[in-house]
Amino acid sequence: MNRTGLWIRTGVILAITLVGVYMVFGPRRMPTSADFTWEGIKTNLAENINLGLDLKGGSHLVMRVKLDDYLKTMTENNAQAAVSAIQDSTDPKFQVTNNTTVAENGNYSFNVTLADGTDLSAVAEAVKKKVDLQTWNESTSGSTISWTLGAAAQNVLKVDAVSQAKKIIESRINTYGVKEPTLQNQGSPTSGQILLQMPGVDDPERVKALIGAESNLALMKIVSAANPAPVTTYPSIDAAKASLGGTVPANRKILPYTDRDEQAAAGQTPDQKPPTKYVVVEYPAVVDGSELRNAEAVSRTGAQGDYQITFQFKPSGAQKFGDWTGKNINNYMAVVLNDEVKSAAFIKSQIFDSGEISGKFTKTTAEDLALTLKSGALPAKIVYQEERTVGPSLGADSIRSGVEASLGGLGLVIVFMLFYYRGSGVNAVVALVLNMLLTVAALVLIRSTLTLPGIAGLILGIGMAVDSNVLIFERIREELKAGFDIPTSIDLGFDRAFVTIIDTHITTIISSVILYMAGGAGPIRGFAVTLILGLLINLFTAVFVSRTIFNWELSLRPKMNRLSI
Amino acid sequence: MLNPFDNFHFDWLRRRRIFIGISIAIMIAGLVSAVGRELTPGGTDSFNMGVDFQGGTIVTAKFRSRPSDDDIRSALNEAGVGDPVIQSTNKPDEVLIKIPLLESETASEGTSEQDHTLQVQAGREEVKSALDKFGKAAEGDATLESAPDTAYKIIGTDSVGAVAGSQLRNQAVIATLLGLVGILVFIAFRYDWTYAAGAVIAVFHDVIMVLSFFSIFQWEVNLTVIAAILTIVGFSVNDSIVIFDRVRENVPMRRHDSLFDITNDSINQTLSRTVITAGLVILSVLALVIFGGEVLRSFSLALLVGLTLGCYSTIAIASPIAIWWQSKLGDSKIKDVLAPSTTKGEKLASSSRRSVTRRPVTR
Repeated sequence: MNRTGLWIRTGVILAITLVGVYMVFGPRRMPTSADFTWEGIKTNLAENINLGLDLKGGSHLVMRVKLDDYLKTMTENNAQAAVSAIQDSTDPKFQVTNNTTVAENGNYSFNVTLADGTDLSAVAEAVKKKVDLQTWNESTSGSTISWTLGAAAQNVLKVDAVSQAKKIIESRINTYGVKEPTLQNQGSPTSGQILLQMPGVDDPERVKALIGAESNLALMKIVSAANPAPVTTYPSIDAAKASLGGTVPANRKILPYTDRDEQAAAGQTPDQKPPTKYVVVEYPAVVDGSELRNAEAVSRTGAQGDYQITFQFKPSGAQKFGDWTGKNINNYMAVVLNDEVKSAAFIKSQIFDSGEISGKFTKTTAEDLALTLKSGALPAKIVYQEERTVGPSLGADSIRSGVEASLGGLGLVIVFMLFYYRGSGVNAVVALVLNMLLTVAALVLIRSTLTLPGIAGLILGIGMAVDSNVLIFERIREELKAGFDIPTSIDLGFDRAFVTIIDTHITTIISSVILYMAGGAGPIRGFAVTLILGLLINLFTAVFVSRTIFNWELSLRPKMNRLSI
Repeated sequence: MLNPFDNFHFDWLRRRRIFIGISIAIMIAGLVSAVGRELTPGGTDSFNMGVDFQGGTIVTAKFRSRPSDDDIRSALNEAGVGDPVIQSTNKPDEVLIKIPLLESETASEGTSEQDHTLQVQAGREEVKSALDKFGKAAEGDATLESAPDTAYKIIGTDSVGAVAGSQLRNQAVIATLLGLVGILVFIAFRYDWTYAAGAVIAVFHDVIMVLSFFSIFQWEVNLTVIAAILTIVGFSVNDSIVIFDRVRENVPMRRHDSLFDITNDSINQTLSRTVITAGLVILSVLALVIFGGEVLRSFSLALLVGLTLGCYSTIAIASPIAIWWQSKLGDSKIKDVLAPSTTKGEKLASSSRRSVTRRPVTR
């Protein structure tokens, strides 16, 4: 090979090396003199390499939205709403004799049987005016109307519910102040699984409680005599039921109620609740949590356990609430949180846009509650399937042992290569060190995250790089032994070993790509990424770079009669 | 020039029965261990599954002065945590506390998901309340150094529900199998189906052998073992290809030799490379086994066993199978063409156009 060709190859190698060094150790801005100090390099290195949670510390949570519960609740609510829509009518044909609901094992349907089956379409119309049943399949038989949720519609609802849950979780953790969280679906979108990673959080208990907190706020009318009579309460569910004639109709609900003032009067702590009473409320609610615009924790006295939550409505909710309160002055209204009446008060005058949840809350509970109210209600309960936390010190230990293992292995390899292959061992060492540098640079370039399994992939990549060098050198030795001269032996050695190297590399790259695609978001992926990068780069370092060094040697010492290998 | 492998000749394929016999013996031992343990009532499971795959909790705690294992165990038992496993790490002041899911809970599906979930949520808190016996915990940003009145700090938790555990396991197994299919197709394309089969069977052999060791010695199977197995698969296929490549290269040059001899020579010619590469890698792994500590124990053990076997299986399993299959393709009347007595003339093993490696198989 002539000198010009060699210079071009050397230029390419130097340029790539410089880019690699800059990617790994340089800043992503105009360099200053500080970047050339030891401290500056260390800072840049830490900024450039995106460490995974297992190395820098943080929480990794896999949760599942209980989508079956979500669809079940939706079915039950729609069934109830449909029945009350029919019962609200004064038409004598609109008389429900029976209604059933199926909500399990992927089947979601409800049906309503009427006393008079002659005008079912009018009944169905009346129901659909009040209840959104667009995605439900309607069918009639005899005097019964059925609504069923098909599999496709179920999936659409599931996907919607998961993305809604994600939005809510995101707003909850953002308000809480978690830095750079990642939130993504895990597995198929209909599985309901969500992965949340929070760097730097090593005790996720409060965040978990915040995410999972339920906050179904509803303002409901209490069935009671109007003020000045006190609000009508019942000592037990049965007593409340009896007042309704033994059964609870679709447009009524019995909810537990703890009187805050009695609690205060008895001087009890919030933990020891006074006996629970029950009230009967009208269903559905006047307004619910989805109409909230803002919620805040406030304390009038400033005392630790004396916080309330005030809230404001959106314009649409405020209009509804204003209309309703205007018509119901002196009636009793319940502030219901998660199916429990927090306070019952009579309406003094028309109220439009704000309200209050009173109760003896502590500052933290009040703040967290306000936060969850503001972010809206989760579509369904969330369960945790996986929780992994790594403290910063444990992460630092993992980095240290990972780096020590890699460097120790590399050191061992370098010593052996120099001992076994003598002068040519230098080629191998240059190729190996360059391989490691460029692999890390490529990780930086594609903004991939380095994890512990990623370090394992890096080590396997180094192993394959050593193997490539060994293959080439052994082959050159064989050709020399077969009686070829030095330049021919080097040529043949590289050419023949290259076929083997290509085959081994492509095989491993193919299986790594498949691992990457099939391995999900888990640790397998980190392993596959670094391995693929390491192998691609090795084709450059072990073959191109090492060959260039050999060619320089031949070019500078044309009369060489013994190759140090 | 240092070369201990010059003129090294060893008839590997003639001893194939011994090699295959050893492999089968170990696999049977593994099978007996796995099935035997499964069938023994009240005994251990086939595999010692870690919390990653079975569900459960691992809490890593750092103590100012580490209590004894027995003290920690009795504190946990008092707090109602049943059956904890206490392990030391390579740090004197750190301890791993493992709480497996209970057998009865994993048995039933459906409603029990709630229990597992609760366990995921409760794991850390339960252990914390137990450890509070030894003194206050450093919480949040506080460290043992910054808060002198504290006694310990929880520095890591791994809590996995049974559902997530089985998902992780299935995902890893499926990904590995798909990866093997990719390897099979590529080798078949570049070499021949017989070679692809040899390489992939050798990989299965390695994985099954590693699993046998894990069952027999009850080493813990966790996520890091999957990473190790992926590495083993990579190296095993790599070794097979190096030899196959040499066979492919030798075949056109030695028209009159049998594939049997060519393969034997190819193994010997590449032996120096095999020994150097495997030796270097195994040496690094050995360092990991010795110095890597408890956390990496399963990973490094799997690598050590698997890489050693991967190197051996290429010679002892992949090559004989490839040749055996070629002989079957060649002439079905010859029952055992590999037997040294049946020396016959040239018989084309296959008329495949692509295959340069299908050659008369004699001996």
